[in-house]
Amino acid sequence: MTEKYNMPDERGHFGPYGGIFVAETLMPPIQELNEAYQRYLADPVFIAELDADLKYYVGRPSPLYHAERWSRELGGAQIYLKREDLNHTGSHKINNTVGQALLAKRMGKTRIIAETGAGQHGVATATIAARLGLECVVYMGAVDVARQSLNVYRMKLLGATVVAVESGSKTLKDALNEALRDWVTNVDNTFYIIGTVAGPHPYPAMVRDFQSIIGREAKEQCLEATGRLPDALVACVGGGSNAIGLFYPFIEDKSVKMYGVEAAGDGVATGRHSAPLCAGRPGVLHGNRTYLMCDDDGEIIETHSISAGLDYPGVGPEHAWLKDTGRANYVNITDTEALEGFYALTRMEGIIPALESSHAMAYTMKLAPTMSKDETIIINLSGRGDKDMQTMAKREGIEL
Amino acid sequence: MSRLAARFEALAKAGRKALIPFVTAGDPRPDFTVPLMHEMVKAGVDVIELGVPFSDPMADGPVIQRASERALAHKMSLRRTLETAIEFRKTDQDTPIVLMGYLNPIEAMGYEDFANAAQRADIDGVLTVDLPPEEGLECSALLKARGIDPIFLLAPNSTDERVKRMDAAGSGYIYYVSLKGVTGAGHLNTADVEHKLQQIRANTNLPIAIGFGVKDALTAKTIANIGDGVVIGSALINKIEDNLDDLDLAKQEIITLLASIRQALDS
Repeated sequence: MTEKYNMPDERGHFGPYGGIFVAETLMPPIQELNEAYQRYLADPVFIAELDADLKYYVGRPSPLYHAERWSRELGGAQIYLKREDLNHTGSHKINNTVGQALLAKRMGKTRIIAETGAGQHGVATATIAARLGLECVVYMGAVDVARQSLNVYRMKLLGATVVAVESGSKTLKDALNEALRDWVTNVDNTFYIIGTVAGPHPYPAMVRDFQSIIGREAKEQCLEATGRLPDALVACVGGGSNAIGLFYPFIEDKSVKMYGVEAAGDGVATGRHSAPLCAGRPGVLHGNRTYLMCDDDGEIIETHSISAGLDYPGVGPEHAWLKDTGRANYVNITDTEALEGFYALTRMEGIIPALESSHAMAYTMKLAPTMSKDETIIINLSGRGDKDMQTMAKREGIEL
Repeated sequence: MSRLAARFEALAKAGRKALIPFVTAGDPRPDFTVPLMHEMVKAGVDVIELGVPFSDPMADGPVIQRASERALAHKMSLRRTLETAIEFRKTDQDTPIVLMGYLNPIEAMGYEDFANAAQRADIDGVLTVDLPPEEGLECSALLKARGIDPIFLLAPNSTDERVKRMDAAGSGYIYYVSLKGVTGAGHLNTADVEHKLQQIRANTNLPIAIGFGVKDALTAKTIANIGDGVVIGSALINKIEDNLDDLDLAKQEIITLLASIRQALDS
C-alpha cells in the first residue's frame, strides 16, 4: 500500500520543520531563487542539459555493487553499495552542484559561493565553477581547513578562493554563517550553492531533488539485480543530503526500511557528538526549523565527529519530519565504530570509503547480521576515502 | 499607546530624531550593562536596543559577533538579558527597551513563556532578525496581546509589497537596514538610503529607524534626518573591544560618542 508523499508545502514546511527563517535582505533573493527553480524544474531544455551533465561530466549512473564477500562475512542480508564515490570529484556532492550551477548560470549570476565541511562540497562547487567560468569563493572552518588540507589544495587548484573561518567553533556551522554573510553583502551577482538539505526553503527541497537521482537509479538497479525492492536503506546523516537522495524515491514504498546514521563522536552519552536527531531538540538555525544541538538557552552547542562532513549541529528539516512520522529510523555510530566500518570495507571489498560514509558501513555491520540472506540492504557509499588519508595515517602514527 | 509609539510621537512633535544605541547584554561582563544603559540615557538616547547574545549571529559582522561571544563566555542568555532589563527598569520607567536577537533562544524558551517573561520585564519591543513576518505571526500575536511591539526589518532590496507586509505585521517602528550587508559594514551610501526611504514612506506611516554601518556623528545626523531615528551599534561595541582592560574608559568613550551624536542630531 502506498500513501502519497507530497512534502514540503508551498512555503517550504515539512510539518513543523523547514520554512524560511532569514534576515530581510535575503528574502528577495530567496524568492527569486524559488521562482527560478520552479520554472527550470519544469523546463525540458534545462532538464536535458542537467541529464547530459550528469551522464558525461559526473559519470552517472553510478553502479550498484553487490558486496558479496562482505555480505558473506557478516552472514546476513545481501549488501549493495550505491557507488557515489565513483562520481567525478569523489562524492555525491557533485550531483547537486551541477544542478545549482546550471541554475546560477540561467539566472545570470556571475559569482558562486559555498560552505564546506570535509571539503567535498567545496571541491564539487569549485569544479563546476571552473567549468562554467564562474568566480568561486568557498568558506571553510579553520579547524576543517587543517584536517582536510588535501581538499583545500584541490579547491585552490581549481581556481577557487578558500576562506578559513576563524569564528565560533571554526567548523561547518561557522562556514555556513560566513557564507550567509557574504550572500547578504553580494546578493545582486552571487548565487549561494548550499551543499546539504538545510538552509531556508527552497534549498532543502531543491538539494533533495538534485540528489534524488541516487535513489531513482538505485531503485531501478536493485529491481534489475534482485527482482524486488530492497528491504533496507542505510546512509550517513550530517546535513543529510546523501541520505535524502537515497531515501526520497522510496518514501512511498513502505516495505523499505530507512536508516539514517548520525555521528555519535565519542558517544551520545558524553555530549561530544553530532547527532541532533538522536539527542537534540527542535529549534531554528540557518534559515529553517529542525532538530538541533542546543542548550536550554537556545545557544548552539559545539559538535564533535571524526568526520568533518558530519560535524554539524543541525540536520535537514525533512529528516526531522521523517523522524517524527516514524518513516525513517535515525541511529548513531561512534568515531571508533566508524573506523571499524572504514577498515572493514577497505579490506573486505577493496574500497576505501570516506569517514562520513564509514558511519553507514559501521551501522550495516550491526544491521546485516539481524537480517536473512535473501534480504537486501542498499548502503549509500557517498564518498571515497582519499581525502581522509592524512587523518587516518596520523591516527596510525604514520607520517606521509 | 505603547511606550515606543509615545516616544516617537513626542520626538516628532518636538522635531527631534531618535538616537538608538545597540549594546549586547552582558558584553563584556554581565555587571557592565545596566550602569551603561543608565549612562546612555543621561547622554540623551531615546530608545535602547538590547542585544540578546547568540552563538550564531548570521546577520551580524565580526564586532557584534565577538560581543556575543564575550557575553556567552559569562553564561549570558535570553533569560539573563530579561533580568538585565528588569534591573534597569527599577530606576528607569521611561526609556523604551527593544530586545534584538535571533529566534532560537526564543524557540528554546517557548513563544508563550517568552511573551510572558518579556511582559514581566516590561520590554517594549522585540526585533528577531531571522523571523520574517511569513513565519512570525504566531509570535508577534502573542507579543501584541501583551502590549509589546513586534519590530521588523526592511532592506535596500525590499519591494513595495514587503514594505506593506511589514507595515501590517509590525508596530512601534520599522528598522531599515541601510545597506546590503552585515552590521558594522563599511559601505553605507546615504543617497541610496534617501531614495529608498521615499519608497518606504509611501507605503507605511510607522516611524523608520535606520541602522547598519553608522559610525560617526556626521553620518548619524544625515541618516537620522532621512528617517525618524538612527541606530548605532558596532561603533559603540568597538569602544568596549578597544578597552577591555579599562571598562570605565570604555563606558566613557561610548558616552562621549553618543553625546556628540546627540548634539549633532539636535543642532
